[in-house]
Amino acid sequence: MAGRTLYDKLWDAHLVCERDDGSSLLYIDRHIVHEVTSPQAFEGLRIAGRKPWRAASVLATPDHNVPTTSEQRASGVDGIEDQVAKIQVQTLDDNCDEYGITEFKINDDRQGIVHVIGPETGACLPGTTIVCGDSHTSTNGALGALSFGIGTSEVEHVLATQCLAVKKMKNLQVIVTGSLQVGITPKDVILAIIGVIGTAGGTGYAIEFAGSVFESMSMEGRLTVCNMAIEAGARAGMVAVDDITIDYVKGRPYAPADEHWGSAVEQWRDLKSDSDAVFDKVVELDGQDILPQVTWGTSPEMVLPVNGIIPDPQTKTGVERDGIIRALEYMGLKAGQAITDIAVDRIFIGSCTNSRIEDIRAAAAVVSGKTKSATVKEAIVVPGSGVVKLQAEAEGLDKIFIAAGFEWREPGCSMCLAMNADKLEPGEHCASTSNRNFEGRQGYGGRTHLVSPAMAAAAGIVGKFVNVNDL
Amino acid sequence: MRSFTRHKGIAAPMDRANVDTDLIIPKQFLKSIRRTGFGPNLFDELRYLDKGEPGKDNSGRPLNKDFPLNDARYQGASVLLARENFGCGSSREHAPWALDEYGFRAIIAPSFADIFYNNCFKNGVLPIVLNEAIVEGLFVAMYEQEGYSLTVELDSQQVLTPEGEQHGFEIDHFRKHCLLNGFDEISLTLKESDNIKAYEDDRREAAPWLFTQLS
Ligand code: SF4
Repeated sequence: MAGRTLYDKLWDAHLVCERDDGSSLLYIDRHIVHEVTSPQAFEGLRIAGRKPWRAASVLATPDHNVPTTSEQRASGVDGIEDQVAKIQVQTLDDNCDEYGITEFKINDDRQGIVHVIGPETGACLPGTTIVCGDSHTSTNGALGALSFGIGTSEVEHVLATQCLAVKKMKNLQVIVTGSLQVGITPKDVILAIIGVIGTAGGTGYAIEFAGSVFESMSMEGRLTVCNMAIEAGARAGMVAVDDITIDYVKGRPYAPADEHWGSAVEQWRDLKSDSDAVFDKVVELDGQDILPQVTWGTSPEMVLPVNGIIPDPQTKTGVERDGIIRALEYMGLKAGQAITDIAVDRIFIGSCTNSRIEDIRAAAAVVSGKTKSATVKEAIVVPGSGVVKLQAEAEGLDKIFIAAGFEWREPGCSMCLAMNADKLEPGEHCASTSNRNFEGRQGYGGRTHLVSPAMAAAAGIVGKFVNVNDL
Repeated sequence: MRSFTRHKGIAAPMDRANVDTDLIIPKQFLKSIRRTGFGPNLFDELRYLDKGEPGKDNSGRPLNKDFPLNDARYQGASVLLARENFGCGSSREHAPWALDEYGFRAIIAPSFADIFYNNCFKNGVLPIVLNEAIVEGLFVAMYEQEGYSLTVELDSQQVLTPEGEQHGFEIDHFRKHCLLNGFDEISLTLKESDNIKAYEDDRREAAPWLFTQLS
């Protein structure tokens, strides 16, 4: 028998049955739920008179809609000024209470962005299948898990049956060889990959990130990379289990302990692709070639190294040319302009891509002892969870940001998608550590440039994009 | 699920690549806890000149005259012609809900993002992949001819043009089966309850740490 990929192994281990109609039922170990994509699923369950199959498999928290200022957070759900958002958060609380689902409520110290709290608490573990009504569920694959986003109908389906009817994806291996230059972060690596394969390059595939760059990357870095697998079109991204994975998981609140730890680790050691496994497609990059990345357009594939020059649409044809013309118009940029000439109005450091403690530390290291540029209206730092926030405060990082003129906020999705009060005004440019630069994503008419935490921090100091290594 | 067998309707263009679900239905409308009410805000940022808000009366809002869906010739359209990677980005099922409520029963594009593609089927909206050259041909014909309509037959897996061309498309057997019959997928899965329980018992034995109550 030919060797199996990591994805093949995870698939095989969760296959409940293959039905006559050609579909497969896959068992879901862990289901993470947030307020935006779940109310209609619970409603469907209720209308059909069904109960969750295994409520103990579900972990919930509100994140998308929660305010991030301390004043508004002080009074919990009641502090949410937007009445529509408040009803949604309240509905999650009510549904979790009704069905006996564990929820980290708005002011629980463990509350945070779904994709940050999953790995952080140990609710998401190697070798498991994990779903959530959110496309960035791909994040958890960094643990050596099969983790992907689903729609609301599927949220209801998993609640009711603990399974999903799915079709197997193809295998794509993305290898980054060699080592990274100084100052190059996991965010730069994934943006560079998307620049090469495009936002549809991974469509229909599960991506395994392999090669020496990922082997030596921290778990938080791997989470950042897998987070954006979806921006490369792949529903799932993953990294093989190694000592870094196991060290990361050990001692987390929901991780196996005592007599279970040994047998868990033994099972997890096999979570890697066999040496003779065959991938449907392989893409290889050299880590040495990767420079700090900045997106200039309205799709994550519209990305350049910081020393790059904005492309001329007239050198392209058809739909691609039209796309560049539209993006330049929306972004208020011109062909031939240098990335380092783009002035930024706001800085957002946060989101499920880059709001973990290493991200916060990296940004703090850049701003330490410096001051926010007077031309930058606002720079906000939004930790990914209450746990990250407390850790950062214990290290005094909040003070570094505040001294530099940056704001230190309460955890949530915040300006990543601007469902709460944190948003861009029309025409404003934002250096953002989030994952999507779509039109209007961070606020109506807002202009997003995706960068790493260090690059966002540097832009906040200078007021323009600069190579963080030159600062 | 609503069934889909055969549909004939006017085609309308969404003539750009990488249309993301934020563009299909902007985030402010995601605060709703209902499944309906999204149709009037489909493509909100393209369709109107001002900023839409949930609960706002859309009837008096200034329309973007350049947006095709505001053009008289595309009124009543129910087949959307689109470009590659349609529906990328967020997993929000509000996107197919909005398309469906607006009146689109089928979407034709050279490629779709995976989660969006999947979400369409759950709502009786049929996403159809045709190759880029064929889609380009359909765009050209649609622009040339007012009231250009397409017929979609699920059983024979064909898109029929007014000129009498037939374009076959691929579709996964299970999805086709569910859509033709309007099956409730949860009921189908629950027929396998014994299999699920048997799997679960084995899993509990192999990895008991996954079955403890979170607290
Ligand atoms: S931080 Fe942004 S991308 Fe991540 S879950 Fe929240 S809204 Fe989605």
